[in-house]
Amino acid sequence: MALVALDKDYADKIDIRDRVENFHGNIVVYLHWEEHLSFCAATAFPLLPDMPFGALLGDILPTYYGMHPDFAAIDWAAVRWTVDGTAVTPDPEKSLKDHGVGHKSLIRFWTPGLNGYRGSCS
Amino acid sequence: MSTTTAAPFTTKAKLGLKQRYALLTRGLDWEPSYQSKSALYPYAEFEGIKIHDWSKWEDPFRLTMDAYWKFQAEKERKLYAVLDSFAQNNGQLGLSSPRYLNAIKLFLTGVSPLEYQAHRGFAHVGRHTPGVGPRIAAQMQSLDELRHVQTQIHTLSHYNKFFDGFNEFSHMHDRVWYLSVPKSFFDDARTAGPFEYFIAIGFAFEYVLTNLLFVPFMSGAAYNGDLATVTFGFSAQSDESRHMTLGIEVIKFLLEQDPDNLPIVQKWVDKWFWRGHRVLGLVAMMMDYMLPKKIMSWREAWDIYFTEAGGALFGDLSRYGLRVPKYADIATAEAEHISHQNWCTFYQYTHAAAFHTWLPSAEEMDWLSEKYPNTFDKYYRPRYEMWAEMEKEGKRFYNNALPQLCTTCQIPMVYTEPGDPTTISFRSSHFRGDTYHFCSDGCKDVFDGEPEKYAQSWLPVHQIFQGQCGGASMEDVLKYYRLNPGVDNMDQTGSPDQVMWDAWMAARSKVGG
Repeated sequence: MALVALDKDYADKIDIRDRVENFHGNIVVYLHWEEHLSFCAATAFPLLPDMPFGALLGDILPTYYGMHPDFAAIDWAAVRWTVDGTAVTPDPEKSLKDHGVGHKSLIRFWTPGLNGYRGSCS
Repeated sequence: MSTTTAAPFTTKAKLGLKQRYALLTRGLDWEPSYQSKSALYPYAEFEGIKIHDWSKWEDPFRLTMDAYWKFQAEKERKLYAVLDSFAQNNGQLGLSSPRYLNAIKLFLTGVSPLEYQAHRGFAHVGRHTPGVGPRIAAQMQSLDELRHVQTQIHTLSHYNKFFDGFNEFSHMHDRVWYLSVPKSFFDDARTAGPFEYFIAIGFAFEYVLTNLLFVPFMSGAAYNGDLATVTFGFSAQSDESRHMTLGIEVIKFLLEQDPDNLPIVQKWVDKWFWRGHRVLGLVAMMMDYMLPKKIMSWREAWDIYFTEAGGALFGDLSRYGLRVPKYADIATAEAEHISHQNWCTFYQYTHAAAFHTWLPSAEEMDWLSEKYPNTFDKYYRPRYEMWAEMEKEGKRFYNNALPQLCTTCQIPMVYTEPGDPTTISFRSSHFRGDTYHFCSDGCKDVFDGEPEKYAQSWLPVHQIFQGQCGGASMEDVLKYYRLNPGVDNMDQTGSPDQVMWDAWMAARSKVGG
């Protein structure tokens, strides 16, 4: 539906605050561990697009999700991943960009057999 | 006048209320002679609303206008008499628990500044409405809203003498991450056109939603010994009733003026109902978790004040062709979950909140089970039990990353799929090459209606990443918020508020023998 504005040139004057140039070379990446809602929402990180996927696995996930009792039991080979709704198989050596991760991409992962405290998805 | 009557005194017939009101309003209007009407009222037409006859506007306040000033003055006198008495008698000691005050801190930072925004918004539309009747009505409401923010600040200032977290409320409203939720609601309304503002605030907020804030929440304040809040709540409530009446009259007037107005009004009703419902999630959490003595669950409040009262309202409006807001069914289903999902969010981000949090006690969880028999034990009790176990082991659960936010409502994307409380609801849209994320179909619809507007959202998490919020560390950001770490935030247990309260109570029991 058309924009409703008094100024007919309004649409050309807007300031999009979240454009990638504003993040000092980073892209914003969202990460979400499915069926573990003690983490109330997906988490947001400013990351370099050339960062290897392995750094996500080795540094970010343990730091921010490691406190959950299920974390230590994850079978990483069985984890299912999507990037913006498309299934991916991570290659730790390749970059985020190589996995199709762009500015404001959402990465979701499922850990089979693990679905939160007493199966409550918490 | 007759010359044949030899009356000793000459008296003029007293004007009726309607006539007096007509003189007060229509008498104030004039036809511009050297400017066009459209130059005087530049905002009146761009939204597409068609008004053919402004004189058809029936001000719902016209019959009470004479009494208005008297009533307001009387209410002020009563309010300040009660406040004096409250202060002189150490009213803060009558609270059910200092824990209760965290709800009031959230009210002061998240709601009172909205009263000020409402004041400014109504002053603006009052200036820019071509019809003199609604112009006066909007100016009166503007004055009321200014009175509300003033009385709230005065009333709650009593607690500021003793408890933490009250001193920087206005600064915090503009900066603290979760306060961007109510702030963006009003920023959105005030940057819309005048008719959309009338619907957003006068109708969706005042009529459909403030009932849920001012009635059950103020009862909660009374039940928890907070005489200060009850007093301003009651003082404001009679104004709110008038504001609601104004909101409904605006809707009826627009719909009666031209059938082309209906789809525009419906779109606004849909949008602002959904946005308002999201903001009210904060009140849901106050009712279910933050009141030590509880009065009714959010579910019960929603059923009474939205489903029943709102249902009657929309029944009344259906003769104009207006239907119940889109996604009202989803909002009603979410009343089962919204308070729990919000409280879980604040619990894990307690280090970045300007109030204290806690886990519900065993008794409180039993109350929640009783009020939410189909959902609480299955989805939320295990979460609290896990966190309680972790607390016991000295591993209190914090979320140390920043959350993804919804571009429209700006709430962390914590809400789950309709019908599936175990899966987060992710929605997104593309605009000018970028992706935007939403917590719901309702929020996505709002964005898709005017993407140019919402693509400009000031999202706190992204602003922190851009370095606009004082720095990169949590410490920097809290300083930018003027939030005093270890004092204003973290758990209620062990907080300076709680320690001081316990000392007061111990001293009191000693005196009492």
